[in-house]
Amino acid sequence: MRSSGFDPVSVETLNRRLQIITIVVLVVFTLLLLRLWFLQFIHGPIYRTQSENNRIHLQKISPFRGMIFDRHGNLLVDNRPSYNFYIIPEDISDCEALLRSLNLLLGMDPAMIKDKLEKAPRNYPFKPILIKKDISRDELAIIETNQFVLPGTMIQVDPQRNYIYGKLASHLIGYLGEISDHQLKSGQYPDSVSGDLIGKSGVEGNWQRYLNGLRGGRQVEVDAAGRTLRVISNMPPVPGLNLALTIDKDLQMLAEKLIEDQKGAIVVMNPMNGEILAFASSPALDPNLFVRGIGQAEWDKMVSEKGFPLTNRAISGQYPPGSLFKIIVAAAGLEEGAISPDEEITCPGTYTLGNRSYGCWQRSGHGVVKLHRALVESCDVYFYKIGKRLGVDTIAYYARMFGLGKKTGIDLDNEQDGLVPTSEWKLKSIGIPWQPGETISMSIGQSFLLVTPIQMVRVISAIYNGGKIYQPKIIKWVGNRGEEVYEFTPTQMGRIEIKPENLDLIKDALLGVVNETGGTGTRARLKEIPVAGKTGTAQVVTLETVKVFEDEEEVPTKFRDHAWFIALAPVGEPKMAITILIENAGHGGSKAAPIARELIKEYLGK
Amino acid sequence: MFDRRLLQNFDWILLLLLVILAFMSILNLYSATYPIRDSGGSQIFIKQIYWFLFGFALLLVVTMFDYHLLDRIAYPLYISTLILLMMVLIIGKIYSGSQRWLSFGGIVFQPSEFTKITTIIVLAKYFSGHGEYDEYRLRDLWWPFLLVLVPCLLIAKQPDLGSSLALAIIAFSIILFVKIKWRSLFILMITTMSAAPFIWYTLQEYQQKRILSFLRPETDPLGAGYHIIQSKIAVGSGLLWGKGFLKGTQTRLHFLPEQHSDFAFSVLAEEWGFVGSFSLLMVYLLLILWGINIAKSSKDKLGTITAIGIVAIVFWQLVINVSMTIGLLPVVGIPLVLFSSGGSSIISTMLGMGLLMNISMRRFMFQ
Repeated sequence: MRSSGFDPVSVETLNRRLQIITIVVLVVFTLLLLRLWFLQFIHGPIYRTQSENNRIHLQKISPFRGMIFDRHGNLLVDNRPSYNFYIIPEDISDCEALLRSLNLLLGMDPAMIKDKLEKAPRNYPFKPILIKKDISRDELAIIETNQFVLPGTMIQVDPQRNYIYGKLASHLIGYLGEISDHQLKSGQYPDSVSGDLIGKSGVEGNWQRYLNGLRGGRQVEVDAAGRTLRVISNMPPVPGLNLALTIDKDLQMLAEKLIEDQKGAIVVMNPMNGEILAFASSPALDPNLFVRGIGQAEWDKMVSEKGFPLTNRAISGQYPPGSLFKIIVAAAGLEEGAISPDEEITCPGTYTLGNRSYGCWQRSGHGVVKLHRALVESCDVYFYKIGKRLGVDTIAYYARMFGLGKKTGIDLDNEQDGLVPTSEWKLKSIGIPWQPGETISMSIGQSFLLVTPIQMVRVISAIYNGGKIYQPKIIKWVGNRGEEVYEFTPTQMGRIEIKPENLDLIKDALLGVVNETGGTGTRARLKEIPVAGKTGTAQVVTLETVKVFEDEEEVPTKFRDHAWFIALAPVGEPKMAITILIENAGHGGSKAAPIARELIKEYLGK
Repeated sequence: MFDRRLLQNFDWILLLLLVILAFMSILNLYSATYPIRDSGGSQIFIKQIYWFLFGFALLLVVTMFDYHLLDRIAYPLYISTLILLMMVLIIGKIYSGSQRWLSFGGIVFQPSEFTKITTIIVLAKYFSGHGEYDEYRLRDLWWPFLLVLVPCLLIAKQPDLGSSLALAIIAFSIILFVKIKWRSLFILMITTMSAAPFIWYTLQEYQQKRILSFLRPETDPLGAGYHIIQSKIAVGSGLLWGKGFLKGTQTRLHFLPEQHSDFAFSVLAEEWGFVGSFSLLMVYLLLILWGINIAKSSKDKLGTITAIGIVAIVFWQLVINVSMTIGLLPVVGIPLVLFSSGGSSIISTMLGMGLLMNISMRRFMFQ
């Protein structure tokens, strides 16, 4: 015997244990057989009937996606019934004949239908295969009246997303698209199946979970011909929650109309709490296109030919702020004591530093100016001098205080930071020390400075709301009226530490920009409503390049300056802060300021 | 090295039982894949034949060496399956939401299937080398416990809750078999039960849903509840003699989910009735009782415990799968061993059967 063999005691224990195991196995097998007996004998006939005469089908019912409103409850996005045309492969009697009839009656391409039938998974012969989405009324009538010669076809009404005003606020609302494999796997869309449309961007994307609702379905008994005999169990779909944006539909419409056919962005915000009242980025796309489905070729063409309409210029477009930045330089100069409001500075039309000269936009010069006139007439030389006194890092400190150089935190994807350069930043990222001349350019909002339109609407808001930097918000409420799951509350993200008397000087000047003779923004003036603002013109290429051209109109469009205007109205009781940016349009005063006037008239003139 | 007595002791009964099972599986699979024969079904069926042929060849190879070799290669085998499991999590193929497959040069396999075999081997090695039956206390069990926990967690992460649970149950059967002290067992069970609520929260939402839908099928009439109902209709409608080969309406109209793998038993029960399902269960019962007999006649602990482990693999997977198709357990993705389609499951089980044969052939031999 082997030494590792069992001693007699162990063998006995082992045998007893194996006996126990055998008994357990026998008991479990008996239970399984009893259950089988129960299913196949006692209940067998019932199951046999269920399987033979009747069939239990599963029908899925799509939920209604939540509707989207504007701040006043005007409906912007809803769902409309879409008549979709299906073929059930199992019910086709003669495929060729069916294809011929469809071609004859509806002009449908037999090859296209064949292709779809072949591509569909063959193992579910009862699963309807979608042949054509959203058929017209005429087609519907033809199919209904010819149902008897079209066996195996079916019309099902499915809810389809409907953007009532087409591309209105499309950059805020976003669009739907088919769920990707990656998203399916992520587990973030537990209720979605392959082929479902889900929100891909904007509010549709970020609030998908709330808007989507829950799929329902029912188990039905159908007879051999597919007719429903009885509903066995039913789980109604749960519609998605409704949602209201903070925007005002009419203002939004006007904003979009005003920059139609141009590239640019308009943002209107309530300066007192951060609610976005209008948000336009042009060009834009009609999100209805995505609902219907869009081919790759069509997509490429659209994106390249129409100037990247998916880019949300209001938050992703980064531009030099140009003269808008003078507000911040002025605030910094006053606060740091680098300038007093009464100091007189002479503008001869140029400013020389080292061996380089920097021109004022008004080549003849502004003569002797104080702070007020310098802002009103946007004198460059005045700010070159102030900027030089302050230095790059002090200017950068104030720029950041005003919320530049970082995201505003708006609930939309792809927001950009912009850029507030410092001497340390330049050394680190470019490897060259900061040059004094760059401070000069920076004082009038050029150099490396980059801002997004949404950041600038907060700058002018902060000056008039007591220094508060609010997070811009686009959702007024989510839920159903009376039982909201979310309701707008303002979120303050920072504040600007500027003495009230200094702010008052700047406010006076901004009022002057629009209302005083010689002001750069007089085209935004309105009789009944006090408007304040600041113009800006952001250089796209250096002045030298542009000087080649005799007349401004001869400059090729892509070299032309971007036009800026920020505005606030009414002064005294602020209700709207506005940023307007138009790419390659030229001067802010002539191209952007009139737009602000229209917007203010529309929103406050009612 | 090769002994004539081995041939004399060749276990023809075990082989016969396996051949019967293979035959039934292939026949049933032909029917289950018949409705989808043009879209991949025939391949599933033909592949199954090859898997079985390959499995029998492997079985013969495994009988060649002396199973005491396991004592030396237990850990290397175990560690390599652990590595494969980790690779699954990193480079594994994803299919319907979980990552369970590895692909090497066109061959796709499921390491979790092989882990069952290597885990019982490593447990058998541990228990045959440490202590005697009846003496294990909790503190003797921390190492085997770890040996089981690691692969269980790796498999649960894929996520493949069913396989993970099956592995735990199989391993636990071995521990029960070598017998730990009653007091230790009691503590173990209390701990497990008190851990259950925590485990619940680590489950994926779809896993929670499945358990809930089992407990209350009416809460999920569209998902798992629907599968259970359709499977019960298929089984029940078979009556005594069944609807006949290729005549199962539930099968032909594809009312059963995964009818060639997880729900293969339902196909059999529908087409062959109680007679068919009874016969299949009897074959399994004979296989299991025969395995217990092999464990009994083995001359050492390594052989006995390995044999019991292999029996446990067959027994538990059978019980879980069949119970699932007849509505006694929630729908978990456990295939029916040696019956459902799937290369990894067949190959790994046939490897186990080779070991069983190996142990059986050497029951009269002394070294």
